[in-house]
Amino acid sequence: MPFEPTPERAKEIDDILGRYPNKMAACLPVLHACQEQNGWCSDEVIAWVAQRLDLGTAHVQGVVTFYTLFNQKPVGKHQVWVCRTLPCALRGGENLLHHCEKRLGIHEGETTKDGLVTLRSAECLASCGTGPMMQVDKDYHEDLTPERVDEVLTSLGCTLQGKK
Amino acid sequence: MIEPIRILTKNYGVADSWTLPVYEKSGGYQTARKALSMEKAAIIDEVKKANIRGRGGAGFPMGVKWSFMRPHPTKPAYLVINADEGEPGTHKDRTLMELDPHSVVEGCMIGMYAIGAHAAYIYVRDELHLSKKRLWDAIHEARAKGYLGDRPFGKDYPLQVYVHTGGGAYICGEETSLLNSLEGRRGEPRFKPPFPAQVGAFGCPTTVNNLESIAAAVPALSMGGEEFSKLSKLHALGDGGSRLYGVNGHVEKGLVVELPVGPTIHELIELAGGVSGGRKIKGVIPGGSSCPILLPDEVLHAPDEKSPLHPWHGKKVFDVPMGVDTMRAAGTMLGTCCLTVIAEGTCMVRATANVARFYRHESCGQCTPCREGTGWIHRILEKIEAGQGSIEELDQLSDIASNIMGNTICAFGDGAASPILGFLRKFRGEFEEYIRTGKSPNNRSIL
Repeated sequence: MPFEPTPERAKEIDDILGRYPNKMAACLPVLHACQEQNGWCSDEVIAWVAQRLDLGTAHVQGVVTFYTLFNQKPVGKHQVWVCRTLPCALRGGENLLHHCEKRLGIHEGETTKDGLVTLRSAECLASCGTGPMMQVDKDYHEDLTPERVDEVLTSLGCTLQGKK
Repeated sequence: MIEPIRILTKNYGVADSWTLPVYEKSGGYQTARKALSMEKAAIIDEVKKANIRGRGGAGFPMGVKWSFMRPHPTKPAYLVINADEGEPGTHKDRTLMELDPHSVVEGCMIGMYAIGAHAAYIYVRDELHLSKKRLWDAIHEARAKGYLGDRPFGKDYPLQVYVHTGGGAYICGEETSLLNSLEGRRGEPRFKPPFPAQVGAFGCPTTVNNLESIAAAVPALSMGGEEFSKLSKLHALGDGGSRLYGVNGHVEKGLVVELPVGPTIHELIELAGGVSGGRKIKGVIPGGSSCPILLPDEVLHAPDEKSPLHPWHGKKVFDVPMGVDTMRAAGTMLGTCCLTVIAEGTCMVRATANVARFYRHESCGQCTPCREGTGWIHRILEKIEAGQGSIEELDQLSDIASNIMGNTICAFGDGAASPILGFLRKFRGEFEEYIRTGKSPNNRSIL
């Protein structure tokens, strides 16, 4: 089924286009807006964005595949990004990622069977002074311990595995 | 203990510090008002006198950068602000966006006017959702007041500021890559020349400034350039003002703090409550993972008596004021001056592999030495980590890293290679022991 933005989304996209001297510059923000509605950048989303911005689909596809934050396949309802770059790793970031894998019963990069959570590892999220940290959808959770991670995952509705 | 200073951070900790009423109460937008009544050349002159060295890592003087802008007969000019903060260990710009976004907007107004631009784009990495929201809210508040718009402060000089979002690519912190990304392309760096001041965003003359640098234009102009510069201990070296320093890694309390330019590494660690668990320092990365690591017993070499750095000749680098030139003389870079402290007991092989993985993941893939080299380096380090490495491979690592240096379009290649070379050189013994025994000589569970 072709992608179609909701009326509010269409208005948001018009607003984005008004910020730039040409349509191509709106490519990243418009892709973000469409992904927010659709969950991922499907071929239909790419085709729609290409048409709306007068770009080739190859150009839009090239942009989608370049940037980590454009999902190239469907993801869970929530996205959990655990930072494992050096400053966080020095404070236990890698352990935190393993902890999440254990609790969710999935490996990094996978989505839980119920489609609730996609677990990803992230490279530096500019929160080094308050590491280890993870990003859940649009929110940062900082100064984490395994116990706090359990709380956050529970608040998303996850059933935690291996917990006494 | 050194005393923090509160100029850029004057509103940090104040309730609702990100709102217009709070910002105006502390004199907000008065400097932009003053700037718009000044001659452009006079503003650039003040900013030059302020000796604001670019806060994004390269340390280029901001006033000089502004002076490169020449009016084009047909094309508009743009100001682009780099808030793609992504260098591992860097967490300072985010505090300005979250806690005092109006200072960024006011800085943009001054910058735009000084370089002859009417539009500014603040390129914020997409993950920083709160930062983007606070910046947009600030822009909307400033527009509603008429500070941004067609006639700011009654002057016929339209000014607009927009927030643009990235897509999670570290390379977009490189200015030409950022411009490609702003234009809606893949974030691959461009050849220089032409420099952005000639051909930048949308093919037009453009200045790209770091977010903290542009915010510093406000106090530079309100205090007077020279007064602002004199706050610094390194004023005489042309490294002026106050700036945000960060401390992270193995310290009791990670922090971001504003200080006059020139605190020492020891002083910063003391502010952060010391090394965690009272351990000894193994090494410090001075300003993001691209900067080669410094060891506690290293000394600064400036034997030439005419050198402005000579006063610190023979001193321990941890006791040398941290500035752009002093850190360069110490064989590393000031970078974003957010320290990553590494305590005794840390496995440097795993730390090196961690850094190498980052650069492998983030290489944009445009230049072969970097695309292939960062992958080779990481794979060899993974092999060593798994206990299957050989001593010959240590030399191979040095060769690969050396062949990336200077052979790429942008500075990413050097940024990826030089920390690896630093780790290899300074912890050679530890690498060799790891290879011989097949396991880390340090027995900590993390790194």
